[in-house]
Amino acid sequence: MTFLLAVIVGALYAAGTYLVLRRSIVKVIFGLIFLGHAANLMIFTVGRLTKGVPAFVPEGAEILTEPFADPLPQALILTSIVIGFGVQAFALVLFKRAYLTLGTEDLDKMRSTDQLPEERL
Amino acid sequence: MSKIIMLPILFPVCAALIMIFFRRSVAMHRILNVAATASMLVVSLVILGSVRSEGILSLQVGGWEAPFGITLVADMLSSIMVVSAALIGFTTALYSLGTIDEEREHFFYYPLLQLLLMGINGAFLTGDIFNLYVWFEVMLISSFVLLVLGGRPQQLEGAIKYVTLNLLSSSVFLAAAGILYGTAGTLNMADLAMRIPLLDHRELLSVVAVLFLITFGVKAAIFPLFFWLPASYHTPPVAVSAIFAGLLTKVGVYAIMRFFTTIFTHDGVSFIHQVLLVLSAFTMVVGVLGAVVQYDMRKLLSFHIISQIGYMIFALAVQSPLAIAGALFYIVHNIVAKTNLFYLSGLVHRLKGSWDLREIGGIYRFYPMLGLLFLVPALGLAGIPPLSGFWAKYVVIKAGIDSEHYLLVGVALGVSMLTLFSMMKIWNEGFWKNDPRGEGSVEDEGYLRTPTMKKAVTLVPIIMLGFLTVMFGLWFEPFFEFADRAAYELLDVYNYIDAVIGGRS
Repeated sequence: MTFLLAVIVGALYAAGTYLVLRRSIVKVIFGLIFLGHAANLMIFTVGRLTKGVPAFVPEGAEILTEPFADPLPQALILTSIVIGFGVQAFALVLFKRAYLTLGTEDLDKMRSTDQLPEERL
Repeated sequence: MSKIIMLPILFPVCAALIMIFFRRSVAMHRILNVAATASMLVVSLVILGSVRSEGILSLQVGGWEAPFGITLVADMLSSIMVVSAALIGFTTALYSLGTIDEEREHFFYYPLLQLLLMGINGAFLTGDIFNLYVWFEVMLISSFVLLVLGGRPQQLEGAIKYVTLNLLSSSVFLAAAGILYGTAGTLNMADLAMRIPLLDHRELLSVVAVLFLITFGVKAAIFPLFFWLPASYHTPPVAVSAIFAGLLTKVGVYAIMRFFTTIFTHDGVSFIHQVLLVLSAFTMVVGVLGAVVQYDMRKLLSFHIISQIGYMIFALAVQSPLAIAGALFYIVHNIVAKTNLFYLSGLVHRLKGSWDLREIGGIYRFYPMLGLLFLVPALGLAGIPPLSGFWAKYVVIKAGIDSEHYLLVGVALGVSMLTLFSMMKIWNEGFWKNDPRGEGSVEDEGYLRTPTMKKAVTLVPIIMLGFLTVMFGLWFEPFFEFADRAAYELLDVYNYIDAVIGGRS
């Protein structure tokens, strides 16, 4: 299971990186979403997968005994999914607005903020 | 007593919520904004005072004991940064009154400003890495909205670059935090500082350290991760540019400082300091070269931010107590001087109607006092003796010489010459030469017609910050004592661990 997840994380990172480097802003936003998912899955995987042992103190015992599924990575992921969702929704709206206002979705054509004034056409 | 460190986070969030509920009453927004930032300034000074007399304050939010719950910690470094943030928040609140148009005010400009300050304060005060991530996101999302508020094409274009690169760095942050939790089993900074020296997975920790360096490198705009900054900082209204320029990159520098002096201190990551040294040299040089060729005032100042970050990173990389104190003093000096320069560029724009230095001129002839007000932060930034920048650079360079980084000291001195050159460029073009369009242009009259109240509130912050730049220079020692104290606290990790893990509140 860990191996499978590792492969998926790797694939998501690869796809995300490839997409962020594209010129179309639609692909860039998908790339950002993929990278976000990759990071979430990675936290899940490196937080160690433990099957079928919830973090409950068994009857009669005082403390938890190893092994138990660590709930903290899942809490972290939950938080980061919510944050990621909000930020990505904002980015989508921004990218759409930019497309409508600037009339292009080609990042190579969005250079006016980086140029010296005399270079501007 | 330690509950007081909640307040710099609570004030802005309460103010923002009240403003959102009374969305129609802009007058109330204005008053509340100034009141909230003013009380934040007072509270942060109280925190600084009590940290000075009582040592590190820590608060376990929700009463969960240290490594399990979320910890807020105010040590000397954090409280100095919070005071700076509150100061810039307060001056920007005043400056916004005179410069922000009514349309933006109606679209939640003031609540967003408060939320931005909440994120910044949270990032400075938290003692937990995942919580730091959350505060970074709070800060980022409010900065995104502030950046695009108004929706001009330039803003949207700049925002695309800013948003994309910052989201990328956030996902790197998340991944790094995940791996760190997987290796160390905790994300509490004090707990990490205690556990990391005992861990076996040195290689994995090096990877984590580099990932954190990339994340905070993007936030702090160090070479080669700075491209989002000059592409976006000149697009929003100048009050927004000023608060971004003053505070956002410094949050990145603060995080680098915290991580590489408190958490990653063992031998396995000492290569980071070598990397930081090289990067700092490039950051200084590339930033200032970018600034020298610009004629747009805001772009010139934006590139300067990058160059100045180089000095701070250089001092951090040297790692002696003197260097860390120097870095901290440099940060505070830079926050004050840089924000002030942005305020002034906004005023120049008001007077002359253009950002392009070639099209304007002759300000000194009609407004000699304004010329003086400009020279204080400009020469301060360049490091001319009686002003704050001289001491900041002196300490950093002294620390560099003590640790025998002669090449970097040479670079730093050369870069400050170029800094002086580019500041003089603004002076010569904007203030000294005659206006190429003839005197008394239309924009000038437009400024004369603005109500006196509005003129006053834009001038007050400039005078306040200029006064501070002079104060830092003339009464250097008492201010530096704070920085010195912070440096010793940072390098003595056990003190920090003891305050967080040992202390119960």
